Amino acid sequence: MTTTADESRALDEIKIGGLGSSRKRVEDDRFIRGKGNYVDDVVLPGMLHMEILRSPLAHARIKSIDASKAWALPGVRLVLTGEMMATRNLAWMPTLSYDTQAVLATDKVRFQGQEVACVIADDPYIAKDACELIEVDYEPLPPIMNPWQGLAEDAPVIRDDKVNQADNVVYNWEVGDKAGTDRAFEQADVISKMELHYPRSHPSPIECCGSVADFNRATQKLTVYLTSQAPHIVRAAVAMVAELPEHMIRIVSPDIGGGFGNKVPIYPGYVCSILASILLECPVKWIEDKTGNLISTGFARDVYLKGEMALRKDGKILGVRMHTDADHGAFFSDAQPSKFKIGLMHSAFAAYDVPAAHLTARGVYTNKAPGGVAYRCSFRVTEAMFFQERMVQAAADDLGMDQAAFRRMNFVRDDDFPHRTPFGFLTDSGQYAKCLEVGLKAIDYENFRKEQAEARKRGRLLGLGISTMTEPLGAGNSREYDILGIKMFDSAELKVHMTGKAILRTGAKTQGQGHETTWAQIVAHELGIPADDVVVEEGDTDTAPFGMGTYASRSTPVAGAAVAMVSRKIRAKARKLAAHLLEVSEEDIEWELGRFYVRSAPGRGVTIQECAMAAYSNMPDGMEPGLENTAYYDPPNLTWPFAVYIVTVEVDPETGVWDVLRMVAVDDCGVRINPMIVEGQIMGGLTEAYAMASMQFITFDADGNCVGSNYMDYLLPSAWETPGYELHSEVVTPCPHHPIGAKGIGECAAVGGPAAFVNAVMDAISETGVRNIDMPVLPDRVWEALTYRRDVSGAPPIRQD
Amino acid sequence: MTMVYDDTGDEATADVPVRKIRFTINGRKKVAEIEPRLLLADLIRRGVGLTGTHRGCDTTNCGACTVLVDGRAGKSCTMLAVQVDGREVTTVEGLATASELHPLQEGFKQEHGLQCGFCTPGMMLSAKALLDRNPDPTEEDVRWAISGNLCRCTGYQNIVKSVLWAAAKLREREPEPAEASAVNKVEG
Repeated sequence: MTTTADESRALDEIKIGGLGSSRKRVEDDRFIRGKGNYVDDVVLPGMLHMEILRSPLAHARIKSIDASKAWALPGVRLVLTGEMMATRNLAWMPTLSYDTQAVLATDKVRFQGQEVACVIADDPYIAKDACELIEVDYEPLPPIMNPWQGLAEDAPVIRDDKVNQADNVVYNWEVGDKAGTDRAFEQADVISKMELHYPRSHPSPIECCGSVADFNRATQKLTVYLTSQAPHIVRAAVAMVAELPEHMIRIVSPDIGGGFGNKVPIYPGYVCSILASILLECPVKWIEDKTGNLISTGFARDVYLKGEMALRKDGKILGVRMHTDADHGAFFSDAQPSKFKIGLMHSAFAAYDVPAAHLTARGVYTNKAPGGVAYRCSFRVTEAMFFQERMVQAAADDLGMDQAAFRRMNFVRDDDFPHRTPFGFLTDSGQYAKCLEVGLKAIDYENFRKEQAEARKRGRLLGLGISTMTEPLGAGNSREYDILGIKMFDSAELKVHMTGKAILRTGAKTQGQGHETTWAQIVAHELGIPADDVVVEEGDTDTAPFGMGTYASRSTPVAGAAVAMVSRKIRAKARKLAAHLLEVSEEDIEWELGRFYVRSAPGRGVTIQECAMAAYSNMPDGMEPGLENTAYYDPPNLTWPFAVYIVTVEVDPETGVWDVLRMVAVDDCGVRINPMIVEGQIMGGLTEAYAMASMQFITFDADGNCVGSNYMDYLLPSAWETPGYELHSEVVTPCPHHPIGAKGIGECAAVGGPAAFVNAVMDAISETGVRNIDMPVLPDRVWEALTYRRDVSGAPPIRQD
Repeated sequence: MTMVYDDTGDEATADVPVRKIRFTINGRKKVAEIEPRLLLADLIRRGVGLTGTHRGCDTTNCGACTVLVDGRAGKSCTMLAVQVDGREVTTVEGLATASELHPLQEGFKQEHGLQCGFCTPGMMLSAKALLDRNPDPTEEDVRWAISGNLCRCTGYQNIVKSVLWAAAKLREREPEPAEASAVNKVEG
């Protein structure tokens, strides 16, 4: 800008709701009135209702299915079974990880809750009644409830449907430098070991999955309203699975009542509702109940770690060795980039300067629901960071070093970027030590340690847990990241109308993240069009540009970047229009927010709105009319936010109950588009971290029964249990490659948070010598550790005593 | 619910039991002929067509379906519709007037008390039941009052702020007579 401050006629960015404005959310206006439009709110004329019959057994051969009584119930229109699906080649479908998954069971059921049959009826109550009338004769088989049972020599082969599948191993995979790591361990003064299990968890949005499929025989067009975080992936999958022409498929994700990764995969219910609508030529609605959601849809985690760190006695980390065994359930359906079998587990230790590391990973089939979704997580990054921070805590303890000092000593330094992580990622920015100092100061670290020592003398157990991490958010770049071969770019389309108002569409799909608010702020930042003048639409594949959807904190890093880039394309054309209107050459034009002006005469200018009008009413000769464009954005790298989470707790030595005293969060996610929304995301993530650490998990008994298939067993924290949070935003390291310097943030707290809680409890009971209690750190587990002074495993099957 | 069945000659079709109920919803009087097993949430959503009341868990845990019945918060997923015969139901659609939002609605927007919006109607109604009996709640009062409503997005901190914002706004708008607030305190 060449004008001086007093000459500038640039708009006040905060006033127009631009970058950095805590603008109130536009989507709230409908939600607070009860006028959201969720899938279950979609009602179409002549709509029928579908209900699913699920398997009561975890592993059994299906001997026969008799649906005659269901067919006979008045109001029943159709009963679908696996056999009928098979005649249309739809009994099985591909997963997002190049495996196959049963739509409706034909030969065997492979987990409790698996879809066996569907009833479509005039009324959902009738459909439910009819499901109960279907008689299925099962021959029970031994259920496999964890990887070790699955790897036993005499274990039954779960996937006997697959040729060449002689055992229950899904994959063996490795990454890193084995030889270098072996050398590091030979040179180590101390080797610190840690074994633990990250329990199976379920994202469990309050809204379950559902679909309304509407096949129009006359036009041959299939419209499906469904709960998807990635509607374009669904369209591609439906085109391939159902062999329908892609241009005749319209997928609409309306408002979504929370996703957290659960609504990325394609579920059997969607497929069945689509087939039913095609067969019956009526709209068919399927709304899953909570048990269906918890027992059959995308779970997360369920990974066992064997970790080792090679340490020099002064505290330097020399090498890291990790082995993971992942329990994938009956079908390998992780929603993750195809190149990486255990997601981005190898992002572990990215924040630390580790010379050598090696990871081996094994996946095993079990008789549990498929999934492995990125639950508020970039593809197993949650496990990676939890393992890392539990290992780091144990290593510091083994060395007798202070937790903060050990981390500070091993952090990648601010002047060491770009930095190649031991597993090959490239981190590009951060101020790790500074963030840690902010966190330690906030929690008053030194004084807490004194208070803790004093309390211990009086028999009170106080603990402090630290978790520090940088994680890769915003897949991908297209060289390395794809799902089913589709590269992980994203897109934005901006249409500026002649009066200067605009509509923006992206390939992402908001589920509470507030895209309708923040995307408009990016447009305001780039073009000076007030955010209130920009309407944002997402989720309709007939109108939105192709994108890979919203999960893994990729919206701001990828789609958000596309919004900035398409705005810049619009600005470039507006500049030509401005030159025309001002009758000067383009080189003589300068831009300030909302306005072009003549460099030599700053008072002579035109607003972006005047340029928009000219694009439709007064364009120069030879210029294409209109002011619209589309940008597809392929990020050069992931974004690397950094976070410090510090928790203090008090453990009751009698009962094992622990209470959070304080929770401090320092998040450096680069430039914050809407600070209010960013803080909301952090607090939501912290709560899921607290949930996983304290109560939330899905387990199984030895017979294969799911424990945690409803909200009476699957415990989620309410406002009463949830602690308060102290957030810090003073450290800002812009992303060097993102057009507006932003980094992902949606899942940082859920990724880095759990270790802070667990480390705090372990710190409080450190005098017992107990090395690990598996999450969730339930009071009875803490009590067991305090009483018997032994590690407590949470691996299934649950103990029956 | 009005149902049209295929005439299969089956006597069962004719025998679907129907019960007539009268109730008030958001100030409007209604008559409905329903199956006795119909859940209140379905009467509201599919019968009356008010979709702001959401179904989450069907087991009285999540509170997305919370409505007010005669002013008391209740979970409509596990109430039978026949239970509101002769009673008054308030849903999220009954909070605002034609020209003005309820302070709770304003508060949720001002304090960023919602993200995906699915739990929001139930949250606001539980909060309304609280504020109706206790116009000056503490943070602890609010946390307890909404502990039957689960939210997966926000972490509750901003929901609590939203409710306190609304309480302050309500007090400022309609100063409670000293007597009434004393009664409220006893009840609260």
